[in-house]
Amino acid sequence: MAILTKEEAKKIIDKVLAYSKADEMSVGLTGRRTGNIRYARNTVSTSGESTDLSLAVTAVYGKRSGTSTINEFDDASLEKTVRRAEEIARLAPENPEYMPMLGPQTYLESNTFSQSTADINPDYRAKAAFDSIDPCSKKNLVAAGYLEDTTGFFAIGNSKGLFGYNKSTSVDFSITVRTADGLGSGYAIKDYNDVSKLNTKSATEVAMQKAMASVNAQALEPGKYTVILEPAASVDLLQNMMRSIDARNADEGRSFMSKKGGGTRLGEKLFDERVNIYSDPTNQEVPNSGFSGDGRPQEKINWIENGVVKNLYYSRFWADKKGVKAVPPPNGFLMQGGTQSLADLIKGTEKGILVTRFWYIRAVDPQTLLYTGLTRDGTFYIEKGQIKFPVKNFRFNESPVIMLNNLEALGAPVRVSGNMVPPMKIRDFTFSSLSDAV
Amino acid sequence: MKRRDFIQLSGMGFGAMMLPNIPIIGNSVSQEALLDGGIDVALKKRLADAALNAAKAKGATYTDIRIGRYLNQFVVTREDKVQNIVNTESYGVGVRVIANGCWGFAAVVDAKTEADTAKAAEEAVAIAKANSKLLKEPVQLAPQKGFGEVSWKAPIKKNAFEVPIKEKVDLLLSVNDAALKNGANYVNSVLFMVNEQKYFASTDGSYIDQDIHRIWPIAAVTAIDPKTGKFETRQALSAPVGMGYEYLQVNPSDKVTGITTRYNKGYDMLEDVTAAAQQAKAKLTAKSVEAGKYDLILDPSHLWLTIHESVGHPLELDRVLGYEANFAGTSFATLDKWQSKNFNYGSKQVNLFADKTQVGSLGAVGWDDEGVQTKRWDLVKDGTLVNYQAIRDQAHIIGEKESHGCCYADSWSSVQFQRMANVSLAPGKTPLSVEEMIKDVKKGIYIIGDGSFSIDQQRYNFQFGGQLFYEIKDGKIEGMLKDVAYQSNTQEFWNSCTQICDERDYRLGGSFFDGKGQPSQSSAVSHGSSTTRFNGVNVINTARKI
Repeated sequence: MAILTKEEAKKIIDKVLAYSKADEMSVGLTGRRTGNIRYARNTVSTSGESTDLSLAVTAVYGKRSGTSTINEFDDASLEKTVRRAEEIARLAPENPEYMPMLGPQTYLESNTFSQSTADINPDYRAKAAFDSIDPCSKKNLVAAGYLEDTTGFFAIGNSKGLFGYNKSTSVDFSITVRTADGLGSGYAIKDYNDVSKLNTKSATEVAMQKAMASVNAQALEPGKYTVILEPAASVDLLQNMMRSIDARNADEGRSFMSKKGGGTRLGEKLFDERVNIYSDPTNQEVPNSGFSGDGRPQEKINWIENGVVKNLYYSRFWADKKGVKAVPPPNGFLMQGGTQSLADLIKGTEKGILVTRFWYIRAVDPQTLLYTGLTRDGTFYIEKGQIKFPVKNFRFNESPVIMLNNLEALGAPVRVSGNMVPPMKIRDFTFSSLSDAV
Repeated sequence: MKRRDFIQLSGMGFGAMMLPNIPIIGNSVSQEALLDGGIDVALKKRLADAALNAAKAKGATYTDIRIGRYLNQFVVTREDKVQNIVNTESYGVGVRVIANGCWGFAAVVDAKTEADTAKAAEEAVAIAKANSKLLKEPVQLAPQKGFGEVSWKAPIKKNAFEVPIKEKVDLLLSVNDAALKNGANYVNSVLFMVNEQKYFASTDGSYIDQDIHRIWPIAAVTAIDPKTGKFETRQALSAPVGMGYEYLQVNPSDKVTGITTRYNKGYDMLEDVTAAAQQAKAKLTAKSVEAGKYDLILDPSHLWLTIHESVGHPLELDRVLGYEANFAGTSFATLDKWQSKNFNYGSKQVNLFADKTQVGSLGAVGWDDEGVQTKRWDLVKDGTLVNYQAIRDQAHIIGEKESHGCCYADSWSSVQFQRMANVSLAPGKTPLSVEEMIKDVKKGIYIIGDGSFSIDQQRYNFQFGGQLFYEIKDGKIEGMLKDVAYQSNTQEFWNSCTQICDERDYRLGGSFFDGKGQPSQSSAVSHGSSTTRFNGVNVINTARKI
């Protein structure tokens, strides 16, 4: 019921648009079924499932707009929602930055839906949790994990003839395994569109190994170290950087992309030449919707090519003002890498630190994209190509811009949080203090 | 954001303000709907009884129901433009039961009939029975007496939803105008208002009707030096509070004067944002801090966040026990430290307490979300760890016979669990003003306003920034500093506390967005303190070149 077909969604949107008396009207229709299971201390703590179908109508008079939403779909309710949006619009102040709605668009097709994920039921979730808890219990380890699956669709349409529909599925799994004495901790994270690729047991085994191997960590002096960042460690810093390449902030002089004396650093080489980051909604590993929430097409965009910033993203208003194409922010990104595995990167390292993940990352200075945060759940000292011993967690103060200039090597990218990220070897990564946390 | 019902307010310039992207749960409604009182309390009781009876008939040994109506209003501006005005409403019912010794929960949107609530109750029992197959230990619920039919209303003077939109827009645009005239290149300002109408009933015999109000005026200004390409920001020194619109109608007695004006029970937005513009500009030419050890003088507008992260979170019992291990983390403040009765959390001056009754605070309610009357209790007494924050199914673990009353759910559709109470630092017992405190500092930094914050998953190592930093040399404020952050370890930091100003300086700070749980829930919480001195804290310089 919550997941409508393209035809069913179009029928409702067309009906809503037919009620419109406004200058312009747009309709967003979204449906979703989401379920989860959470466990800690080797037992399930909560689990649930919910479904939702909701419609949002935006009416526009001149530069005044109003939005109204509803969860009921009979004709009277739909018409009432249209009238309410119109009423709110008439009373709203003018938005000088309002942009007229887009006409019909062509969108790339993307394979974001998987029937196997849509078929997930409570039994599957319980089994997935059991497969993760059971091996931990048997080894006197303590599991805490979370699995969430979503099946949903999003459809948009407007009075100028635009229509888009996308159906998608996703599953996210994370597991923290701790030793019973609390002296060791390990972690693994997986996300897919297609749940048949997920194996909670094998992900848990990685976390178990890290938990057992991280007991009795030794303290190293804080300072600058060569690090190997697993994709789960670097992804948040990269994501934060990708969210900061907004053209307007750069033009206004309040971004790391702003240029001294005015203008932006678009076209400048800001990173090591091996840094290549792009987005592509049709990528098979990380497929995404072919359109953004405001109806703009999502296409393949090169953001950073051979270390040079090639594109910034724009609001439609700002692009119009600047006379450029209104490239929307991407839904995810792909960073190119090499062919080496994580094990190969470790093997080729004389001295360094392997980082499983970072935690509590917060911006310190938006001017330089300086972030702080800590290592967590498996930090190890590498010497002569081998992991020698676990080390105590560090706090870092580092900018992804500096980090991507200090690149030593890239491994083969893997999917993490909807992006493709390679394991990276970075020199002179700044650890500023030690933490006793396990 | 994958939870249902979220309307993401994007493109509002929040990223530039370093504020969280604000997710709102609910349907967009008209301004008038925010003033409609919702369904009648007699009907709520009938809906509740239908659920309690249905669950019992299916074998539940305990049931509670929350009928919730959650209203929000946002007014969002930048410079001379209104970017967005959003009104939202979310109404529904959540039923929680114990069956076969196990919790079960089900929620239903727009439930307005007894059949709706009975169905949710039956679903909750079915879920409890299904989950009980994996159960290790049955739930032990601390006993709780019923209160009959009672109600609680936040003691507000002016419902913010009654204030016309135009008045709010005019205020924000005048604030923005003042910022631009005083040196700001850009300014964003927001009014964020909340009303939670919550009805709770349980098989203990309570029927509790509560009306909770919150308001948060937010602003951030940016000043740019085009020659150097550098920019600086200064955010408002306002606090989110459990008050009505009277928070914005300030009396002179609400102001704390000094190197910059700070605010207590009333906030002068125009005055503060005017100062913010001047100070953001001054920061551009301020001296970059020299890294090293400094005595820190921390204003309550800053210290609330350090209390939140280094005291509030580690003393949540679910974290101590490992229930948050996969997300927020665990805690250094383990049960053995508490049991020893001599764990030295801080110096002798340090008294930290939890309180769900403090007037004007974000956490103040009459009863929590499992029908427990709220109270105040000690967490750290004369420097020693004495207690945690615990709810009904945890009280037995720390040998207590009743819950502390700090159970909360952020929506009718979320299951309630242990959340942070207002956790505050008690003021000093001997009279001491900020000026007297600064007079004795040889090499120090006075920090006002909260900034960047980060702490590890067991709450040992932290790093905090701020909004305004002033250098203190030989008892005198010398001038403004920038690029300041301090790092410490929780126990070391609280043991370096040497002086706390008296109750005249006691003020609240806080946040609407304390996050915990999977799926994540938000909770609003306040933290009070007076200006406090910490000796010999490690300060780093955060300036970099890219």
